[in-house]
Amino acid sequence: MPYTLSYKRYGEYAILIEWPKRINEAIFLDLSAFKIAIELQLNKNIKTVLTAYNSIVVIYKPTENLKLNDEVALLKLYYSKKQILKSKPRRTWRIPVCYDLSYGIDLKGLSEIKKMSANDIIKRHCTPNYLVYFKGFLPGFVYLGGLDPLLFHPRKEKPRLRIAQGAVAIGGEQTGIYPNESPGGWNIIGNSPIRFFDVKKEKPCFARNGDYLKFYEINRKQHRDIKTLVNAGVYELEYEFAQI
Amino acid sequence: MVSVLKAGFYTSVQDIGRFGYQDQGVPVSGVMDSYSAKLANALLNNKMTAAVLELTMTGPTLQFHCDTAVAITGAHLSPVINEKTPLQLNTVVTIKKGDLLSFGVIKYGFRAYLAVKEGFKTPQVLGSRSMYNGITSTIRINKGDLLPINENHGLKPHLTTVVKINHNHFNSSRLAVLKGPEYDLLSQTMKELLKNKTFVVGKENNRMAYQLHDEQLRNNLDPIITSVVLPGTVQLTPAGQLIILMRDCQTTGGYPRVLQLKEMAISQMAQKYNGNRVLFQL
Repeated sequence: MPYTLSYKRYGEYAILIEWPKRINEAIFLDLSAFKIAIELQLNKNIKTVLTAYNSIVVIYKPTENLKLNDEVALLKLYYSKKQILKSKPRRTWRIPVCYDLSYGIDLKGLSEIKKMSANDIIKRHCTPNYLVYFKGFLPGFVYLGGLDPLLFHPRKEKPRLRIAQGAVAIGGEQTGIYPNESPGGWNIIGNSPIRFFDVKKEKPCFARNGDYLKFYEINRKQHRDIKTLVNAGVYELEYEFAQI
Repeated sequence: MVSVLKAGFYTSVQDIGRFGYQDQGVPVSGVMDSYSAKLANALLNNKMTAAVLELTMTGPTLQFHCDTAVAITGAHLSPVINEKTPLQLNTVVTIKKGDLLSFGVIKYGFRAYLAVKEGFKTPQVLGSRSMYNGITSTIRINKGDLLPINENHGLKPHLTTVVKINHNHFNSSRLAVLKGPEYDLLSQTMKELLKNKTFVVGKENNRMAYQLHDEQLRNNLDPIITSVVLPGTVQLTPAGQLIILMRDCQTTGGYPRVLQLKEMAISQMAQKYNGNRVLFQL
């Protein structure tokens, strides 16, 4: 069933399309199908189409004769013509994470607050297949869905100035990996030696929207070994195909 | 080649931006004041995509190792050739091999643009030369760097006059804005405030964002589900902070997007600094 979408002008050269205010896979699939439908039209006025959880922003080329009202009418037409995305194989990437307390600097604190053993937290964190909804915030930062509600935990009141590259963290109802050293307010529970953004690659982030990530636990030595291979550019990330 | 003898406060190579990678979380980056930077390239008949140096508050000291021509636009940072001849802004100036270009006191504006004939040829990463953390190897130029440029012999000094620029670009506090996607969530009082109040630019400003603070804007608006943000988007935090996103801004955000600066207003904002005033024109 098609959703009732809202279309809003966003600045001089963009249109924001919004779905109901929810994060779920049904909206993700509808939005992905719409994105494909827009791109297939090869509308010359369109520069790029960006997506988030429940929104699409269509950015137009900054020309004087651009009429956003006409473009909205076109977008509505594209939406009515979009195809339902057929079930197709998507990748589930296996992501190694070292949950050693030297990396997971907030794991002990989280364990005390949640009255849950560190092992239990790790097990719950490694269980779901997390859906990659989109990338944003920083180069290669993936927005994931599917965190176990028992692991929900608010962001820190005061963000840390420096969070290590590869830090695996929980912020509110989300979990994620810091692709680069940066400031941040999430609770750090581990570290992955995998590189989520590589400018030398044509697709700098291996994870495509719609793929899944699944974490598995490694020890410090394995972390060091994988990191060496990653830095040398020879590490092959494992994945399997998941049927949806 | 151009060698960097002094780097200045914050000098970086920028072009019109890095497009096509926002869906990977990569900011657009590019010149903060695109209006002034485009003028510099236009004066030299450069391609619009040619990379320029963006100078912030205090300029660098540069030595040219080949003949070329330059144009400086944007803020007036008192450029001088060979430590004695003042260099005119908004026109074309020929440069001889060995010439030294330095800068002095700031007369107006905050960011200046130095274009050279055919542009700076630093490495392109993901289709752009704009320096950004984690993408290019450095985020700004440093003392001792060598910046590649093309040699251009025998460029005749242009007979064109100096281009007259509108000083409102630097001096006016008025910024043309449109309603942002979450504008309608604001109370009537807050809408009035945004329209009528003159805000003061705070200390924490950089290529990612400018911040304006006002106690009266304290609010309990719900955060939005993380969505796309654009350069020029004005976010409002619960503590009453207005965050004006600039060219290096993140690609997504969760604060309500209350206003959107028009393209020209983003360029004007790029010339503001701590203590300057801002009045939104909706």
